[in-house]
This record gives sequence, C-alpha cells and structure tokens, in this order.
Amino acid sequence: MAIPFAYNVRNVMQRPVATLTTAIGVALTIAVLLAAFALAEGFRSTLSSTGSDANVLILRDGADSEVTSGLSLEMASILSAHPNVALAASGRPLASFEMVTTINLPRVGQKGASNIKVRGLSMDDIGMRITPKIVEGRTFTPGTDEIIVGDRIAPRFAHCRVGDEIKLQKRPFKVVGRFTTEGSSFESEIWGDARALAPVFHREGGYQIGVLRMKDPSAFEAMKKEWEADPRLGIHAERERVFYESQSAGTTGLIRGLGIFITAIMAIGALFGAANTMFAAVANRGREIATLLVLGFSPIAVMTSFVVESTIVALIGGVFGCLIALPINGITTSTTNFQSFSEVAFQFRVTPQLLVTALVFSAVLGALGGLFPAVRAANQPLARGLRGG
Amino acid sequence: MLQLVLINLFRNPLRSALTLGSVLVALFLYSSLGAVLDSLQATADSGSRERLATRHAIALTNFLPYDYKDRILSIPGVKRVCTQVWFGGLIGGQRQRITQFAVDDDFWPMYTKDLQIVEWSEPQVAMSVPPDHDPHLAAYHAERTACIVGRGVMKKKGWKLGQTIHLQGTRYRGDWDMTIRGVYVKLPGGSWNEDLILFHNEYLVEKGMGGKPSTGVFKVELSDPSQSAAIATQIDAMFENSDNATKTESEQAFGAGFISMFGNVPFALRVIGLAVVFTILVISANTMVMAVRERTSEIAVLKTLGFTDGAVFGMVVAEAAILTTGGGIAGALLAKFGLQGKPLAFIPAMTITWATVLTAILIAIGLGMVSGFIPAWQASRLRIVDALRRVD
Repeated sequence: MAIPFAYNVRNVMQRPVATLTTAIGVALTIAVLLAAFALAEGFRSTLSSTGSDANVLILRDGADSEVTSGLSLEMASILSAHPNVALAASGRPLASFEMVTTINLPRVGQKGASNIKVRGLSMDDIGMRITPKIVEGRTFTPGTDEIIVGDRIAPRFAHCRVGDEIKLQKRPFKVVGRFTTEGSSFESEIWGDARALAPVFHREGGYQIGVLRMKDPSAFEAMKKEWEADPRLGIHAERERVFYESQSAGTTGLIRGLGIFITAIMAIGALFGAANTMFAAVANRGREIATLLVLGFSPIAVMTSFVVESTIVALIGGVFGCLIALPINGITTSTTNFQSFSEVAFQFRVTPQLLVTALVFSAVLGALGGLFPAVRAANQPLARGLRGG
Repeated sequence: MLQLVLINLFRNPLRSALTLGSVLVALFLYSSLGAVLDSLQATADSGSRERLATRHAIALTNFLPYDYKDRILSIPGVKRVCTQVWFGGLIGGQRQRITQFAVDDDFWPMYTKDLQIVEWSEPQVAMSVPPDHDPHLAAYHAERTACIVGRGVMKKKGWKLGQTIHLQGTRYRGDWDMTIRGVYVKLPGGSWNEDLILFHNEYLVEKGMGGKPSTGVFKVELSDPSQSAAIATQIDAMFENSDNATKTESEQAFGAGFISMFGNVPFALRVIGLAVVFTILVISANTMVMAVRERTSEIAVLKTLGFTDGAVFGMVVAEAAILTTGGGIAGALLAKFGLQGKPLAFIPAMTITWATVLTAILIAIGLGMVSGFIPAWQASRLRIVDALRRVD
C-alpha cells in the first residue's frame, strides 16, 4: 500500500524554512534556465519570422550575409525575367533589389556604438516582401534624403527618433517615420530610398540582394538549380524565410549553449541542496520512518514517499522560478548578430512550452535529489530506528 | 578547538561533501562567467594606446581608398601606416574561429614587438628583405600567395609549415589557396592572438578587388605617441570633406568598439553570476542550520565544559567557512586550469585573470561567514538548561 500523499504535504509544511531554502535554490535555477532559453527563443523567432516561403532570396555565390553580397544590374534583369517569377497586375515582375549595408551609431543609455543595417529600396517593390506599418510620422518620400527607422532600434540608438537627422558622408538624412513589421528583424533596420542612399555608400550600379516572388513556390528547387548553374549569374538562391532563419543559427546556438552550460551547473548545485535537505529530513524522522515500516508499509512505499516529498518541494521551487522569470517576457534587448555584422533587437519570449519544460525539469531535479535519501530511509535498520534516531 | 571543527566536518561526510560540491560548482560557474568577461576585456585591451586605427566614418563595412595611406603618411609625426582587410573566408566549408586578414608589407615592421616568427620556410631564391623587416619573412615576401599563420591555428588544424591551405571566399568570391611560409607566436603584452591567418594584401587586391585597392582599416604608428589625440583629429579633418570621411581612434578604442557590439551581454553574465552565488548561499546556509540543529545537546555539553559563547560561535562559523572556502578554491582553480586557453564560441582562447580567481575565493570565504552566521548565532545564544532538557 502506498503512503498517503497528505503525509508528504504535511511533512513539507512541518519544516517551512528548510522547504523554502531548498525551493529557492530550485527556483533560481529554473529562473536562469528560463531566462537563457527565452533569450534564445526570442532571437530565433525574430529572425525566423522574417520573410516568406513564397519568396526566393538571391545572394552572390559565396556571400554568407546580405551585407557581404553583391549583384549587378545585369544579374537583376536576368533573374527578373525567369518564367517562374510572379508578375504584378501592371505586368512588372514582383521583385525587390536592395542595397544593404551598415552604419555605426552610438547607443543610447549605454556606452559604445554598434552597427545598424541600412536597407536602400523602393517602397513599391518592398511591398511584395512586407508592407511596413508606420507607427509614428510618415513614410519616406521617394527620391529624397528621408529615412524611416525600425521600431525596435529607434529608442536604442542615437539620432533615430522621428525628426532627428543622421549625417552620412556630408548629407543629412532626415528621420521621418518609425515602423513595425510584425516583430520581424526588419524592425532593427533603417530604410530609405535606394536612389538617395546608394551614392552615399558608393553603391550605384548594383545591389546587395534580390528577392523575387515565385509563381509556383513548389518549383523552387528547379529554379534554384537552373539559376545556380547559370554561368552569367554566379549566385546562390534560398527561400527568403529559410535564409533569415539560418542567419540566426550561430547566435541562437551560442545563447542556448551558454544557457545549457549555466543551467547544468546550477542544477548540480540545486540537486545537492535538495539531497542535503532530504538527508536531513530522513535523519530527523528516523523513528517515524521505522514506525511506518513496522506498520507494514513496504520499503518501496517509503522510498516512493520520500521521492514524492522531494519532488513536491522542487515543484514549489519550479513554480516560483517561473513566476520570477515571467516578467522578463517581452523585454527588448539587442546584440550584434555576427553573421550579418549588424545589431538585432529582439524580445525575451517565455513560451508556454518553455514553462512546461522548466516545471518538468524542476520535478526531475527534486526526484533525483530525493532518490538517495529515500533509499537510505527505506533501508534503515528497524530496531535502531525505533530506539530513536 | 580546530580538531573539534574537523571532527564535526567529518561526522556527516556525505552532507559535507554535498555542500562542498555545490559551492564548488557555483564558484566554478562564477569563475567561468568571469572568464568570458575577462576574455572580452582582454580583446578590448589588446590594442595599443599608442597606435591609431582609421576606418570609414559610416561603418567598418565601408571601405577607404588605399591612396589615403600616402596622405596619412604625409602628416608630420606619422611614422608608419599599414592596412588590414578582414577576409572572412571559410575553411573546410565552415566559419571558424580563425580570422584572416590581408595585410600590406608595412604591417610586419609595425608589429615586431607583438608577433614573433618562430617557424619559417627558407626562400627558394635569395631574397633581400626590407631593412626593418624580420629576415625570417623572406620566403613570405618572395611568394604572392604565401601566408603566415598563428601557432594556435597550426595546432588546432594540425597544419604543417609549407602546406597549401584552401579558403573559400565569402565577401571576395572564389577559391583561395595559400601556402604557409611562417608561423608566429604572440609576444607577451603584444596585440593580436595566435588564431590568425595573415596574407598579402596584393593577392587580395588582384584577385578579389579587381585591381582597385581599398581597405577596411589603416593602422597608424606615430613617432611620438603623446601626440596621438592631435594626430587623430588631424587625420579625420583631412578627409572630412572627401567622398569617404574617416573616423580615427586609438587602436585600443577600436578594439573596445567590437566589445560594445555585444550590448547587454556582459551585464547579463554579471546578473547570472550573482544569482548563482545567491542560490548557493541559501543552500549552504540551510545545510549549516541543519548541521547545528542536530547537535543542540552537544553544544550545550561543550558550554557546560566551559566553552564560551564566542568560542562556540567561532567554531560553527569556522566549520562553514572551511567547507565553502575548500569548495571555492577547488571551483575557481578548476575554472582557471580547465578553461584557460580553451576556445569558447566566439572567443578563440579564454583568458582567466588571477583577479577573477581571487574574487571567487573571497566570495567563497564570505559565503561561509554569512551562511555560518545564523546557526552560529543560534548556537552561541543557546541556554544550557534548555538544550539539555530538550528531547528530540
């Protein structure tokens, strides 16, 4: 017969200080685990929510980021003429060829500077990729020295508020609007008309990347093969969304790796703490345990009971840990994506899945920490236990 | 007295071991996080304060015309200028922690106090080396596709001197073959690390830039380093109204700029480090409280025998401090010797300063003091009559 669950609950309540300290150990471990994974998840989802599967993104062969790529005007026209490129009602191909580079801007409220991606484009063409939602000011007027700034970057860098001016070479570019793009990494960029921006960066007569809408997205592989084999092109084609997601791989892996390393070590500490508490509990209740055994509860039942008790304590800690970590959900932070050598701002994302994982992890911690003390409890010599421990 | 403390430590060896273990892992973690910060700092500090770095005013990704070199050289007080271009090639199809720079010939005399050639090929034909160059670079200078590789890379990749290595271009397209004609080590206190591949700027210009040379960074050496601020301003003023305005700062500030790109990461690591220490504090305090509670009657006996309250207090604190200090020393040293020089993510070789190790050990001692305080205080306040009467 199993020992009633209420017995464990009462025991836990009996020693509030010990329970609390053990729970705090688990709680902090869980909080750190959640924070690290929420960071990795936020970064990944920002980049993987950028782009569509119906679009194909073109980079120069060998280039591994938008900034290091380069396409000629001739390449652009060859690409646009492909029969699988969708056409607008006007008959123009749905394609956006863009200038992408970075500018170095000082941070606000923090020392130092970082690189921000600047995208020179035509608003009509980018519309087939994404239509930015202007949340302040207005969009830039084509052909002028006006720029709009992504919502996540605007408050974090100098000269990025609406009305400010960013001086590039000798030309002042006026910030006329702030935009969002449903959480994608475009919100970490500065956009302006390619015709105005290209001369500043000496990028006339070419582009960095091209994005084209496919008539039939399922024909992507054939299209990619044909293009990549074309000696006039020398390009690399990728589905738009897949490309941006791959740009996050390095940093996401890094954050996750660091998170796992830190959590693993903290977990060992918490595990030792839980084991210590349970050993003490077992030692203090020697007579009680012996009584349970005499009453006919099997050693297995006693063992299970102690594991359950330790799991309860750890779960309390797990819940606290989740509560500690929840408020970080939605906080924006930013770091440089070294793949593209530019700053990406993103939000911590504490997903329900993460919370469940964290709770399961805390339960496992408790069960493991309780295992050895439980074995000792179940195996203790009856006579000695009854005489008083 | 000390003996009593030791006996108490071993009365429940498992508990002591668990406590010691949790302090050990905590301080190991704390030192590892500190190591990441140290390594970042080491990168930031590696540049010299006495040299200048000139880059494009807009961002490093924009390039400057190569002929700026002569114009910078014309400024009085400028002794030498070299160029440096980040290549970013893939080795074996992968991005690795091996940075490649194309450098022009003035790079070598500028960094003789930083890098030393320790292995070199002999040139096929007798070659005269410029007077201020290391004669061991003769084979490198004789061959356009030669490269000089850091000892760290040689070890990591198992490469041999004279071997031809293959890089796949990213920013500069195509396949790039280079022959290793020298191996360098970093001299104490010098800039750079041992994880670089350095090759001829001419090779890059010819094959990758269509013969039109431009560069990412100019490094500027001065005759009188105390003039650095004035000359930096002078350089920027010279190009202010050109098509490519420049930004000049000390080489050290230039390096620190890369660190600031990490944004909040260093801050986050500090917060985590504190969370870890706090967690372990709670855990070890809990352990000490339990350890003392179970010997209540024993402490009463000690007091009956004439031990003062202060002595009892000291004994309990000492017990806690021995546990945590032992764990702390072990954890910090484990980090120091386990991680030193190892690569981690974007860091080619970790650096852990003794300051970090010492801080960790001091934290461990503090941890013992604080976690021992509550039970020690309880024990010292214990009234003999109560304790002896108490039946557990």
